[in-house]
Amino acid sequence: MGHLFTAGHTACAGCGQAIAARLVIDACGPNTIVANNTGCLEVFSTRYPESAWEVPWIHSLFENAAAVASGIEAALIYLGKKEAINVIAQAGDGGTADIGLQALSGMWERGADILSVCYDNEAYENTGIQRSGLTPYGTNTTTSPPGTKSIGNIRPKKPMPEIAVAHGIPYVATASVGFPQDLQRKVKKAISIKGPKYLQIHVPCPLGWRHESALTFEVGKLAIETGLYPLIEYEFGVLISQRKITPRPVEEYLKVQGRFKHLVNNPEQLKLIQAIADNNIEKYNLRAEKQSS
Amino acid sequence: MREFLEGSRVVAEIVKLCKPGVISAYPITPQTHIVEELAQFVANGELNAQFINVESEHSAASVVLGAVATGVRAYTATSSQGLFYMAEVLFNIAGLRLPLILTCANRAISAPINIWNDQQDSVSLRDSGWVQFYAENIQEVADFHLIGYRLAEDKAMMLPVMVCMDGYTLTHGIETVDMPTQEQVDKFLPAYKPLYKLDPQEPITMGHLADPDYYMETRFALQRTLEDALDLIPKITLEFSKVFGRNYNGLIEEYRLKDAERVIVAMGSVCGTIKEVVDELRAKGKKVGLLKITAYRPFPYQEIYGALKDIPKVGVLDRALSLGASAPLAAETKAVFFGKKKKPQVISSFIAGLGGRDITKDAIKEIFRLLTTKERMTEFIDLKPELLRESY
Repeated sequence: MGHLFTAGHTACAGCGQAIAARLVIDACGPNTIVANNTGCLEVFSTRYPESAWEVPWIHSLFENAAAVASGIEAALIYLGKKEAINVIAQAGDGGTADIGLQALSGMWERGADILSVCYDNEAYENTGIQRSGLTPYGTNTTTSPPGTKSIGNIRPKKPMPEIAVAHGIPYVATASVGFPQDLQRKVKKAISIKGPKYLQIHVPCPLGWRHESALTFEVGKLAIETGLYPLIEYEFGVLISQRKITPRPVEEYLKVQGRFKHLVNNPEQLKLIQAIADNNIEKYNLRAEKQSS
Repeated sequence: MREFLEGSRVVAEIVKLCKPGVISAYPITPQTHIVEELAQFVANGELNAQFINVESEHSAASVVLGAVATGVRAYTATSSQGLFYMAEVLFNIAGLRLPLILTCANRAISAPINIWNDQQDSVSLRDSGWVQFYAENIQEVADFHLIGYRLAEDKAMMLPVMVCMDGYTLTHGIETVDMPTQEQVDKFLPAYKPLYKLDPQEPITMGHLADPDYYMETRFALQRTLEDALDLIPKITLEFSKVFGRNYNGLIEEYRLKDAERVIVAMGSVCGTIKEVVDELRAKGKKVGLLKITAYRPFPYQEIYGALKDIPKVGVLDRALSLGASAPLAAETKAVFFGKKKKPQVISSFIAGLGGRDITKDAIKEIFRLLTTKERMTEFIDLKPELLRESY
């Protein structure tokens, strides 16, 4: 079978989001309807008269995919077709954690049988790399530039997985385009569970992160292996899995990206970012057991 | 069957007869009674629909958008700030060519916050691509919902329809209404058969990005479709009258215009008051009349021209403003006559009934009295001068 997200779209070379979108929809299969918020993915996949989507797909606005998906779900229930069809509401990090959070929270609270996917490239890349609520601490974006009085983005990432868990929804996970099998396993698991599901996928953006476009997978993996982006999985509020790592220093991840270039020679800031990773490693118990010889 | 019912109850009963599969609701006064009644119908099993309580009007509109896109008839209602919060979605629904019915229980706009009736909310959304019907009474409210679904879902239209009913006056007022039977409604309004829908059996993409090579034609198509609706609406209302026995042209209603010298143009429930005043003044030999605008969008230029071209003095009564410019209905009524040979000597503009201030019979008489050869520009009726002091 061919891919359900096909070639010919206009994403940048090395776009993590395009790779992740294909992995997600292929894992869901053809009996899926997608509601997509405004963002890079929408723009580069559905420029009229073309479309990369081989499944029914709708874009309405920046912030309402979760509510549109609710309407799709309700219509499918009315038609007696919900059991056979998956509904996905997907968005970037801004469309999920900022402008789309209200609709998303409402949908989760209503217990809709919908998988929400957040393609987290950690800024408003589509409009030219502006800071979002999921932009990491220290990042240089066009609206959080470093200067004599600023080190860049001064806030940590909004804890979206925890916010999702707090809604009492049955399945919450993070994934990375750097670990495609793990990503697809989580998508399949999510759609096997009835109710709201949240999957947040870390997707490197060569344009916005300013790394070589050939390094998408490596950069994605480094985020996980440093502990800066924990791969975790909650079922019914309980942490059921985490990708174990042998932590690498955060500097290895930061130094390959232009968005952190201003911090690489700043030991004080490196220490603060290392502390974020260390906290994740502790909090989610990410450290791999030492091999017993 | 004739029944004595509250306006909101009537809307709910009519919507039930139209058999929507999805209803979304978010509370706002004075719309709330409508969705409360519908919630009870669903809870009682009298209406087989998915009733979705959302977290905002933005999502209320988005839910019905998603439902219609999936091929299911849907319904929602709102008022005032709720309509404004939906505004982004409402433009989008029209652009996506999705047939929907929304009831707007007309209410003033904040600030200052005010829950009472005027028409600033829906009038402000006149450019959204929705058809807008304004009802004079609860019977019209009932009938315009039926006509609205039929019109919206017509294959030549595929556009949403907003039925505007004055808050409290019509939502909470009680009138004797001729309620249709299910058989009548089924005969007039067949099950919704979408032209396009989200269906894995036949996957389509909806809501493309349209660049400058394509965008303008989609807007052109919307404009032409709404203009063409001026022909389609009277055809549908003719079919309506065959089934239900009530006659509308769906665009305007002329009330005692023959030989009239002074005429008020208005929309909504105030037209009932104006008719009473017209009757009283006619009984005294005064040559007065009313032109009721039923369809504000599409705007019936030709019909208005035909109705007013021989009337010497016309006064347009707006219950909304376009702050800093001519009132909306007045400006558009004047535009009807630009460059025409036959036209009123004067078209004056009056503002009344904002934020729920009663438009009394005396206020209507005052407007008729002010209809002289002197043109009045956005003249406010029943202002309280004692509240207009420069300082407090």
